[in-house]
Amino acid sequence: MTVTTNHTGISNRLLDLVPAAPAQQSRKDFTSDQEVRWCPGCGDYAILATVQGFLPELGIARENIAFISGIGCSSRFPYYLQTYGMHSIHGRAPAIATGLATSRPDLSVWVVTGDGDALSIGGNHLLHALRRNVNLKILMFNNRIYGLTKGQYSPTSEVGKITKSTPFGSLDRPYNPVSLALGAEATFVGRSIDSDRAHLTSVLRAAAEHPGTAFVEIFQNCNIFNDGAFDALKDRSSRDDVTLKLAHGEPLVFGAEGDKAIRRADDGSLEVVPAGSPGVLVHDATATDPSQAFALSRLTGDTHGVTPIGIFRSVDAPTYDEALNTQISDAREKQGAGDLMSLISGGETWTID
Amino acid sequence: MSEQVRERETRRLDRVVVRFAGDSGDGMQLTGEQFTSETATFGNDLSTLPDFPAEIRAPAGTPAGVSGFQLHYSDHDILTPGDAPDVLVAMNPAALKANLKDLPPGASLIVNTDAFTGGNLKKAGYATDPLTDGTLDPYMVHRVPLTSMTINAVHAAEGTGSVNKKEAERAKNMFALGLMSWLYHRPTEGTVGFLEKKFAKRPEIAAANIAAFRAGFNYGETTESFTVTYEVAPARMRSGTYRRITGNLALSYGLVAAGELTGLPLFLGSYPITPASDILHELSKHKRFGVRTFQAEDEIAGIGAALGASFGGSLGITTTSGPGVALKSETIGLAVSLELPLVIVDIQRGGPSTGLPTKTEQSDLLQAMFGRNGEAPVPIVAPRSPGDCFDAAIEAARLATKYRTPVFLLSDGYLANGSEPWLLPIRETLPDLKVTFTTEPNHTGPKGPEFWPYLRDPETLARPWAVPGTPGLEHRIGGIEKSDGQGNISYDPANHDRMVRLRAAKVAGIANDIPPLEVEDPSEQARVLVLGWGSTYGPIAAGCRRVRAKGLHVAQAHLRHLNPFPANTGEILRSYDKVLIPEMNLGQLRTLIRAEFLVDAIGYNQVRGLPFKAAELAGVLEDVINQ
Ligand SMILES: Cc1ncc(C[n+]2csc(CCOP(=O)(O)OP(=O)(O)O)c2C)c(N)n1
Ligand code: SF4
Ligand SMILES: [Mg+2]
Repeated sequence: MTVTTNHTGISNRLLDLVPAAPAQQSRKDFTSDQEVRWCPGCGDYAILATVQGFLPELGIARENIAFISGIGCSSRFPYYLQTYGMHSIHGRAPAIATGLATSRPDLSVWVVTGDGDALSIGGNHLLHALRRNVNLKILMFNNRIYGLTKGQYSPTSEVGKITKSTPFGSLDRPYNPVSLALGAEATFVGRSIDSDRAHLTSVLRAAAEHPGTAFVEIFQNCNIFNDGAFDALKDRSSRDDVTLKLAHGEPLVFGAEGDKAIRRADDGSLEVVPAGSPGVLVHDATATDPSQAFALSRLTGDTHGVTPIGIFRSVDAPTYDEALNTQISDAREKQGAGDLMSLISGGETWTID
Repeated sequence: MSEQVRERETRRLDRVVVRFAGDSGDGMQLTGEQFTSETATFGNDLSTLPDFPAEIRAPAGTPAGVSGFQLHYSDHDILTPGDAPDVLVAMNPAALKANLKDLPPGASLIVNTDAFTGGNLKKAGYATDPLTDGTLDPYMVHRVPLTSMTINAVHAAEGTGSVNKKEAERAKNMFALGLMSWLYHRPTEGTVGFLEKKFAKRPEIAAANIAAFRAGFNYGETTESFTVTYEVAPARMRSGTYRRITGNLALSYGLVAAGELTGLPLFLGSYPITPASDILHELSKHKRFGVRTFQAEDEIAGIGAALGASFGGSLGITTTSGPGVALKSETIGLAVSLELPLVIVDIQRGGPSTGLPTKTEQSDLLQAMFGRNGEAPVPIVAPRSPGDCFDAAIEAARLATKYRTPVFLLSDGYLANGSEPWLLPIRETLPDLKVTFTTEPNHTGPKGPEFWPYLRDPETLARPWAVPGTPGLEHRIGGIEKSDGQGNISYDPANHDRMVRLRAAKVAGIANDIPPLEVEDPSEQARVLVLGWGSTYGPIAAGCRRVRAKGLHVAQAHLRHLNPFPANTGEILRSYDKVLIPEMNLGQLRTLIRAEFLVDAIGYNQVRGLPFKAAELAGVLEDVINQ
C-alpha cells in the first residue's frame, strides 16, 4: 500500500497510514447517486449533510473510506455516500467493521448505527469494540425509538413511553449511551446533535483525529415516531440554559448568561451551582481515569436540568489493530516470512522409498 | 534397556488394536499419542481414536471420568481405528468397567492392581473385585502393580531426589507405555527424547518419567507374566515423506496453504468451542504467514469480523461446531447476499443443543444445507480422513474465492482428533488459486464508465470483487435485494425472482467444476452401492473389504461435495438395485438424495458418538446384499 501523509490538518498515527486524496475533494465527491429515502424532516438528513460536508476535510482518498452499518433507518446511511460501504445485519456492524479495520490499516472505517441496533441487539458487539479499542469511528444516531420497525420503544426510551408495543407505558429503565461507553472504557466518547452542524462537525473532527475507537452519540429527531425528543436542546429560547458544551481545558460553565457551573458535590457526584461558586471544575477530556467523564455523563436534563454535549473523553491508548499488525510484523522480522512446506513438514517425519 | 535374553516367542501379527484407558488425570491421551508416535516412526500404517469426557477433570475414579485412546496399526493400509481392542490397558477399576464391554474374549488385559482398592471399586460401581470374582476369566490378564513399581523405580533413579510421592506416582502412565513398548517391539529413543524436551524446565520430572518408562520396559523383560511378544512389520505404503497428522491440524495447514495459493491474507474470526478450538489455537501461531486470528466475543462476531475482512480482500474464515453455526446463520445469509468469499468450518459434534461436545456425529448436514432464512444456497465440502482435511480446506477456499460465496467445510470430532500417517504434499501439485481483484469499471453508463458490483462472470456467475482502496469503484453492498447487474437496492418482484435463481444457479453450476463421483467396484458385479460422506469413509471402505473377502459384491462411492452433488451422482445411484447410506445421524444425506434423485436409498444410522465399526457395517452390507 502506498503510504502518503499530509492530510489537511487532521492527522494521527493511524490516519497517516491512509492514502491522502490526490486533490482537494468536495461535498459532491462524497454524494452518491442514490435517492435519499428517509421521511421528510428526519434528523438523518442533517447528519448526512454534515458528514458529506466534513469528509472532504479529512483529506484522505475517498476510496479508502468505508462505512459499515447495521439495520434501521439510520443504517441506510452508507448508500448515500460515494465511499465503499456495507449495509449489513441488525446489530453486527461493529463486529464486521472490526474485521475490516484490523485487516486493512490503510482504510478509515466508520460505523453507522441506531440506538436499537447498537444498544439492544448489538449491545455486546459495541461493548467489545470499545473495550478492544479497534480503530473505528462509531456514529450512533439516537432517536430514542425504533424508527424502521415503526415506532416501538428502544433501550434509550424514557420509562413509561407509550408506543405500539407498550400501550401501558414501557417498563424498563433506559441506557445512558455515554455512561455505557465510558463503562466499557471507550477511549473516545462524544455527543452531539443532528441540527447543530458546527458542533457535530467539531465532534466528528475530533473523532477522526482520535486513534482508536471513537464513540459518538448523535441526538437525532425522528419526526414520525418520537418527534421533539430533543426539543429542549434545540429550542433557541431554552437551549443555552440546558446545554453544557464541553470544551477541554475550559471551566464547566453554561447558561445563556454563563451563570451556571458544575462542581463536585460532597458525595462525589456532580452538581449545578451558580457560576463563580468555589470549586468549579475544569474539563479534562484527556484524563486517564474516566471517573470525571462518567460523572459528567450522569448529568441529564431530567436529573440536573442540563445535558452535556461535546467530548467527554479522548485518551490515547494502544489499539487492537495496531497491536495485532505489530505481532505479525514482529513475527516476520524475527522468524522470517512463513514457508508453507517447512510448516507442514514440521514435527516428526519419516520417508518410505 | 535390559540386555537380558530369554526364551520367549515373538508372534508376527498383521495388525493390532491397543487401547489405553484411565482417569482423565492419568495422562492417557499423552500415553496414546506417544505410543502412536513410536509406531509412526516404525513405519506402520495407523489410525487413532481418542475418546475423552467433556469435563476437564471429571469425577476421579468414576466411569464417567474415564479417558481412552485407541490405536490401530498394521503392516498394510488400514482405514479405521479398529473395532475392538486386542489389548486393553486399564489404569483403574473405572477404566476397566467402562471398557471391558468392548474387549472380545481372549484379548489381553493389563490392569494396574494397585488401583483396585475398596474405595476405587466402589466409585467404579463394582460390588465385588473383578480381579478375583471371575469377571476377567475370558481374558488373558496381566496383573501389574503399576503404581507401586513406578514409585519405587522413580525413587531408585538418579536425579529424582526432589520428586515427591505424588509426582512419582504421576509417572505411572510412562511405566505403562514402557511395558507396552516392550510388548509390541516399539522403538524407544523417541519417547526418551520427547520426555527430555517436554520437561526441559524440570529435569527431575523428566528423570522420573524416563525412569518409569524404562522400568516398565524392563519389567516386561523380566516378568514371567508375558510369554509372547508381538511384532507388526512396517507397512508398504506409497513412497514419499510422511508425518502423522490429526484432522484439525491438517485442516489448519490447508487453510494456511489456501492463503498462500490464493495470494490472500487469512483472517480467522472465531469463538472457542470443542472440538474446533484447536484450529484457532493452531492458526494463531502462524503470524509470520500473515494470518490474523481474532478471538471474538461470540460466534456472531467471529463470522462478522471474517466477513468484514473478506470485504476488505482477505480470505475470511470462521471455525466452530454445530451450536456456533446456529448463531452464525444470519451472517451466512448476509454472505450469500453479499456474494463474498468466506469459509465456514463446522467440526460437528453430538447434538442437539450442547449435546455431546467431545463425541462425533454427522448431524449438521441439513443445518449447513438449509439452516438459513430465504433461499440461501451454500456449497458444502466434507473431508473423508484426517489427512484429507488439508485438501478439503483448499477445495473450500477454491470454491469460496472463485464463486464469491460462503462455503461450508464439514469435518467432525472423529476426524478432528483422530490421526493417521499423511503423505506430505508436493508444493508443485497444489492448485493455483490466485485471485485477482477487479480494478476497472465494468460497464458504460450514460455518464461514462461505471462499476456494477453485481455484473456477473457469464461462466461462473460470480460477481466482481473490488476491494476498498480501489479508486473509481466505490460501491455499497448490503443484505437488501439488489438489482441484477447494477447492484442498487431493488424491491422489484421480477428482479428478486431473477436474483434468487441466479444465486441458486451459481452454486448449482459448481457441479461442472468438481470431479465426478467415483465408484469403487473391483468385481464390477455389484448390485448394491454403499454411499457415504465425510468421516465414515474409513469404516465403510473397511466394511466393503470384509464383505468382498467373503466373495460378495459391493460398490462404494463417497461424496466430497454435498452441495452441489457431482454431476453424475444421479446416474450412478440409478444404476444399482439398492443404495445403502450409512450415516452418523438419522438419515440426513438420505433425505437429500431421495429428494433430489427420487432414489429410495436405505439408511443405516447410528448416533452413539463414536465412528462406525468395520464389522458392524460389513454385517449391514451383507444383510442388504442378501436380502
Ligand atoms: C435480526 C433482526 N431482528 C429484527 C429486525 C427488525 N428491525 C429492523 S430495524 C430495527 C430497530 C431499529 O432501531 P434503531 O436501531 O434505533 O434504528 P432507527 O430505525 O431508529 O434508526 C428492528 C427491530 C431485523 N431487521 N433483524
Ligand atoms: S421513521 Fe423516523 S428515523 Fe426513520 S426515516 Fe422516518 S423520521 Fe427518520
Ligand atoms: Mg432508533
